[in-house]
Amino acid sequence: MELYQMTIHELHEKLLNKEVSAKEITDSVFSRIEEVEDKVKSYLTITKDVALEQAKLADEKIAAGGKVGPLAGIPTAIKDVMCTRGVRTTCGSKILDNFIPVYTSTAVQNLFDEGIVMTGKTNMDEFAMGSSTENSGFFPTRNPWDLERVPGGSSGGSAAAVAADEAVFSLGSDTGGSIRQPAALCGIVGMKPTYGLVSRYGLVAFASSLDQIGPFTKDVTDCAIVLNHLVRHDPMDSTSVKIDRPDYKEILINDLKGVRVGVPKELMAEGIDPKVKKVVEDAIKVLADNGAIVAETSLPNLEYGLSAYYIIAPAEASSNLARFDGVRYGYRAPDPDDLMDMYMRTRTEGFGDEVKRRIMLGTYALSAGYYEAYYGKAQKVRTLIVRDFNKAFEDFDVLVSPTSPTVAFKIGEKVANPLQMYLSDICTIPVNLAGLPGISVPCGTVDGLPVGLQIIGKALGEETILRVAYSFEQNFNWSEKPKLETRD
Amino acid sequence: MEYESVIGLEIHAELNTESKMFCGCGTHFGEAPNTQTCPVCLGLPGSLPVANAKAIEYVIKSGLAVGCGINLYSIFHRKNYFYPDMPKDYQISQYDQPLCINGFIDLDMNDYQTRIGITRIHLEEDTGKLIHIGGAGRIAGAKYSLVDFNRAGVPLMEIVSEPDIRTPEEAKAYAQKLRAVLITLGVSDCSMEKGSMRVDANISIRPKGSTGLGVKTELKNLNSFRSLQRALAYEIERQAKALNEGKPEEIVQETRHWDEAKGATSTLRTKEYAHDYRYFPDPDLVPMEFDIAYIDFLRSQLPELPNERKQRFIKEYGLPVHEANLLTESKAMGDFFEETAKLYKGDPKAVANWMLGDMSYYLNTEGLEIDETAVTPKHLAELLKLIDKGVISGKIAKEIFPEMFETGKLPQVIVEEKGMTQISDEAEISKIIDMVLEENTSTVEEYRAGKDKAFGFLIGQAMRLTRGRGNPQLINRLLREKLQA
Ligand SMILES: [Zn+2]
Repeated sequence: MELYQMTIHELHEKLLNKEVSAKEITDSVFSRIEEVEDKVKSYLTITKDVALEQAKLADEKIAAGGKVGPLAGIPTAIKDVMCTRGVRTTCGSKILDNFIPVYTSTAVQNLFDEGIVMTGKTNMDEFAMGSSTENSGFFPTRNPWDLERVPGGSSGGSAAAVAADEAVFSLGSDTGGSIRQPAALCGIVGMKPTYGLVSRYGLVAFASSLDQIGPFTKDVTDCAIVLNHLVRHDPMDSTSVKIDRPDYKEILINDLKGVRVGVPKELMAEGIDPKVKKVVEDAIKVLADNGAIVAETSLPNLEYGLSAYYIIAPAEASSNLARFDGVRYGYRAPDPDDLMDMYMRTRTEGFGDEVKRRIMLGTYALSAGYYEAYYGKAQKVRTLIVRDFNKAFEDFDVLVSPTSPTVAFKIGEKVANPLQMYLSDICTIPVNLAGLPGISVPCGTVDGLPVGLQIIGKALGEETILRVAYSFEQNFNWSEKPKLETRD
Repeated sequence: MEYESVIGLEIHAELNTESKMFCGCGTHFGEAPNTQTCPVCLGLPGSLPVANAKAIEYVIKSGLAVGCGINLYSIFHRKNYFYPDMPKDYQISQYDQPLCINGFIDLDMNDYQTRIGITRIHLEEDTGKLIHIGGAGRIAGAKYSLVDFNRAGVPLMEIVSEPDIRTPEEAKAYAQKLRAVLITLGVSDCSMEKGSMRVDANISIRPKGSTGLGVKTELKNLNSFRSLQRALAYEIERQAKALNEGKPEEIVQETRHWDEAKGATSTLRTKEYAHDYRYFPDPDLVPMEFDIAYIDFLRSQLPELPNERKQRFIKEYGLPVHEANLLTESKAMGDFFEETAKLYKGDPKAVANWMLGDMSYYLNTEGLEIDETAVTPKHLAELLKLIDKGVISGKIAKEIFPEMFETGKLPQVIVEEKGMTQISDEAEISKIIDMVLEENTSTVEEYRAGKDKAFGFLIGQAMRLTRGRGNPQLINRLLREKLQA
């Protein structure tokens, strides 16, 4: 087994035992990147210099007998929506092609402080708007399980990088499913923590009330390890929660006895590919076979979730993305006639179609005379969905569903039909609207393509969903790997 | 036809907190451009605001000082519009849940009293400053523009009055009283010159006695209380003229720019399209929630406010209402008065007379605030003491005042330097009066014939011979004695 194939906890063991150095691990991952990146296209920027420097520091610390955490020397890919000081941060957009931040986002800094080795910044749908990474302003990323298919999105680069062993783990951001859906489509573990659990400071905002940073990992144990270092109160983020963080790794036990698992019928209804549904039903059976108490439940207002999301998220985005105006940073249209011309051309030339579509949607939804009918009503729907979840959690410890209604689709298949694309997130969006934690774990394949099981917890219920995910992983024993080929 | 004006003021006051509204940057005025900035106040991608608790406290205190109710639950909204002085292209402000609502300010005009309602006070962030290079210094036609974000994100309080103001004088009095309140609270410098207090006025007119509302215009660029008063007076006249001449179409709902030099308002043509600010709650900030105990605590912390001080001045110092009103118009004036009265220990009315007379004259002439001059309470108290002791006459005191005002020299020093001490030596005065009587025999005759005016003339002659230094009481007594002899 190559070093690049290993998990965080396996590599940490080897580092502590001085079997390998951070430099060797880093070299291994970069050799893998060299080997497969042309096929997968996970990265927008590769930061080998930074990585080697960080690996050296980690090795020095280990050599000096210093105490190193479990992330020291671990090659990590960062979604290109998190600011990294001195390293180009594009958000997958031409408008930020030349943007080099002067500060590092809190989440990434927390990992830097733990001694990670940053391999690079990963591809994504422009400003995290999309479900396939085809909306990248630069190029699409390919699914390691089938190079003709999408890796999901918007954090497709981060998901593909881990699935293709181009990083040991990665960070993504999830506004409506942008971590869980690509994790499912790429056959890895992806988690969106409770809203406010991980600082958003330095995460370039798409929809502020929904955005949340989370990890992509090769297994649930790694997910818990990374989460341990992402969860930290940040005074720079007003919405950052203050909690006594449990040790998420310590609470991982393989025990489902008495765990009450609810299956919302709305998330197993039509719209879910029958083959995907079958795989998920089998996965739920694994839970039941191992002692979980499984029953059907209902979230009656979920059917309005997608509509509410496509009002709220674009509304916030229309305001968040106003700052990309050519005045202070990023792309500026050349030789403008006047201020208005500069604004218009900068944004016309700098933004891609999907971003423009959502800015227009959001602008409209907030306009005088339409606010109540759209934004106001969407917020009411959001409240109803929160209530639905609260009610369900009176009876259940976790809720489960497919993460994505389908397996990875072909590149180009849904580009012409935005509504079809939006449906990719029907199972994940309600979780963001309610601010809840959700994790996607691989639970099998359909026609050789991975399927994800989504486990949803109550607010700050990370321990419970991690434990269920871990138990599932231990009892399901899935070991398929992508072949980085084109399938027929 | 006689018209009545309906005026409402929107006053912005920058709060003088140590740090900005949503980041830790300093707020000091006059630093090199863009040196007081950080990712947050530059609106860099990914940065987030964290509300300044002190600024919130200041606004609540301001609200309490003008009798506002405090919303125990208040939120920030985003006001969306594009402009290069605004780093995020939206301003964090407040919309339908401001911190303070429904207050008032009572005004003592010369011959009547009136109450001006305050609709709301809310908290927001200031914008940066643009400098346009080339063209006429305006953005249209400029070759390029520079932007300084030092001011961007400074906490800004907006105080919106009800349209209860009826005259330009009331508008000025309201703005001044509000300024005195804010300065007394110590929440803002309220310098119109530095732009830390900015006044916009909405004005319409209607036939006196009617209750309807005319078309209103908004006046901007009112950079002093004087501008405020003048611009309103101009606009009232302009609107009345339009109505009288049967040209109501000349009054349209618009923003008008006051040109202080020309003494006129004109249509401001910077708004090229109608604004829809698309207000919505800022998802980056959490709601502000207060309990009543906290509000009560802040209320208990309020200092003596201008109107309370005025009442005390009337009671404690025996000042007439009008004088008390003027002296409490600004905190600095009131402080100066009290300090002087304390040092002087004589009749406080004398202090008031000097402050509202000569002192105000020189302040107005120089366009200075009382705390911006070299004159201190010690100066005025000593001057008054010199008069009381008979060292100088009131007339000499008036002559000394401008020098004291300009140089900050103590009155005693000026008197000595110039040999201006009063002549109170009876023999010397007596000699001078004899000279006057000798030289003006005809006037003496007139006096004796019963012409009282002649006495004044003779006094004047004696004063002239002493070059104004003769003790007036002494001259008066000796002259009378000699004439009656
Ligand atoms: Zn700042």
